[in-house]
Amino acid sequence: MSGSVLVTLGTETVRMTVPYACAALGGIWSEKSGVVNIALEGMLLASALGAVALEIATGSPLVGLAGAVVVGGLFGAAHAWFVRRGVDAIVSGIALNLIAMGGTRFLLRALYGSSSNSPAIPGFRGGATGSTSAIALVAETLSDPLTLLAVVALASTALALARTRLGIQLRAAGEDAAAAASLGLHVARLRLTAVTIGGAIAGIGGAALAFDQHEFQSGLSGGRGFIALAAVIVSGWRPGRAVLACAAFALLDATQIVFQGHSRASHDLVTTLPYVATLLTLAALGRRRRASG
Amino acid sequence: MPQAITVTSALAVAWTAFALLVWLYGDSPLLVMKLMFEGTWGTAYGAGQVLFKATPLLCTGIAVDLALRAGLFNIGCEGQLAVASLAVAVVGARTGALPSLLALPLLLLVAAVAGGAWALVPALLRARFGAHEVIATIMMNRIADAVIGALMGAGLAVAASVRTQDIARSAHMPRLDVLVPAFRGSAASLALVLAVLLAFGSQWALRRTRVGREITLVGQNAVACAAAHIPVPRRLALALVLSGACAGLASTGTVLGYKGYYEIGLGAGAGFGGLAVALLGRSSALGLVLAALFFGTLQQGGLAINAHVPREVVDVLQGVVIIAVSIGDPRVRAMLTGLTGAEATP
Repeated sequence: MSGSVLVTLGTETVRMTVPYACAALGGIWSEKSGVVNIALEGMLLASALGAVALEIATGSPLVGLAGAVVVGGLFGAAHAWFVRRGVDAIVSGIALNLIAMGGTRFLLRALYGSSSNSPAIPGFRGGATGSTSAIALVAETLSDPLTLLAVVALASTALALARTRLGIQLRAAGEDAAAAASLGLHVARLRLTAVTIGGAIAGIGGAALAFDQHEFQSGLSGGRGFIALAAVIVSGWRPGRAVLACAAFALLDATQIVFQGHSRASHDLVTTLPYVATLLTLAALGRRRRASG
Repeated sequence: MPQAITVTSALAVAWTAFALLVWLYGDSPLLVMKLMFEGTWGTAYGAGQVLFKATPLLCTGIAVDLALRAGLFNIGCEGQLAVASLAVAVVGARTGALPSLLALPLLLLVAAVAGGAWALVPALLRARFGAHEVIATIMMNRIADAVIGALMGAGLAVAASVRTQDIARSAHMPRLDVLVPAFRGSAASLALVLAVLLAFGSQWALRRTRVGREITLVGQNAVACAAAHIPVPRRLALALVLSGACAGLASTGTVLGYKGYYEIGLGAGAGFGGLAVALLGRSSALGLVLAALFFGTLQQGGLAINAHVPREVVDVLQGVVIIAVSIGDPRVRAMLTGLTGAEATP
């Protein structure tokens, strides 16, 4: 019995880690190139609708996934372009979040005549999971295309940022734009590339959210983009640590779901842990900066 | 007047985007605009509702503007307003023994203190550790949601609901229809007058008082201020706390002037709307008031057209205006170069 509870806890954690991790990796691409990205929430939300709309239109979850990636990438490109045009990255991020929030509700009504949710979609897994055995559950979770894609996103982000020419150039653009420009690097183009790639990866997270719910709901992202932002900050912009932080935050959520014995108040307070951890990280970073400077 | 050009072109972009969205939705932009006008400034009731919607936006707009003067982004107005709203509702339910003349000033103080207190953590993090206030205020927004949920669950809410008890009679902000009978039925209250006074008062204080001028100067060049022995961290912290206090005062329009209680979600969106107001209002009291009226008109207009076009089109417009007005905003750009300049010299 306790074994099956642990299996449920584990698979729930993996399932909930995927959207967080994709959004956080997207955020890291952006931050590393020197563009603050608080629009992760909007990216998740808009790309989730993109996934649902394209799956409904074509009947193919693959096209839906591609749609989510494109929508996320477009949001990233818009963010980079606005920043390039002199809009502060914070301002642009808030505006994009507002546009995503209002725009998805607008489109939900325009496309499906509902202010709450879209028609149901199968996603990659047809309908509700009927499996009961622990092994089947684990296998199903780990073989989910979006889980696998998140792993690929993590590996390629870590590798690309550390080892590839593009990664090194965009880190240079992020750390010292003037110095990078003086070496002949095209800072604005590097940032556009990085933030667009980041948006596309966040889009995978949006698709994961939508396919998980088998529909789009108004406000589906539910603050997950801000949890991802917390993971980005806590990790110090390191992909591996960010995904670990996401997994820890997801474990918190999963624990709440699996062990429902606790009162609602304690649940609310536990949900603040990622944010409190972020505030503590900010303080610690500041202290270290003061000590070294 | 480059500022006037920026604002005019931003509004032109917004209207174009609006017309485009309505047209894509399959409705006539002209018809919908007519409906929007009729539902807002077309009747006294509509105008009253615009004033009501503009009230919290003006307060949060002042809040964002105040922080921006010091070179800080207060993204935390959402949380500051929510916490202040809950505080005002809880205290307001217990002021039955006081006459309005005492209860209302007390509640204004509660709103300002609660909003300011919620800004205190980011303010201290910024002042002591140089921590980025944007991330800190975003996190405080999320923490506010959770803490309010916990407090409501722990007994502040009326059983089996997400709202608090009704506030006392004496805690209600008088409606404007007492003075202008034509506003009858609309929720515009005296809170609007207070917000307008706050707009002019805060701009006056920033220009004419020592502390206010120091806050503005810190925003322009923190390094020079430090050299001139202005206590930079303290001024930054003060600006953020005062900003939170202004955001908290937005609850006077929603809790005291309208609902008479707090419910989860009341006033949500006003914090981000405040950013739009501050960017469009461009650090002038009159500008802030006009910008708040503009977005108040959009919000009320959204309700008026909802039967034809989803009112969320208005939220999209808010985002569009924010972008349009800040593309090439010299103030934000100056702030940015100021920030990077400060970082380059440790």
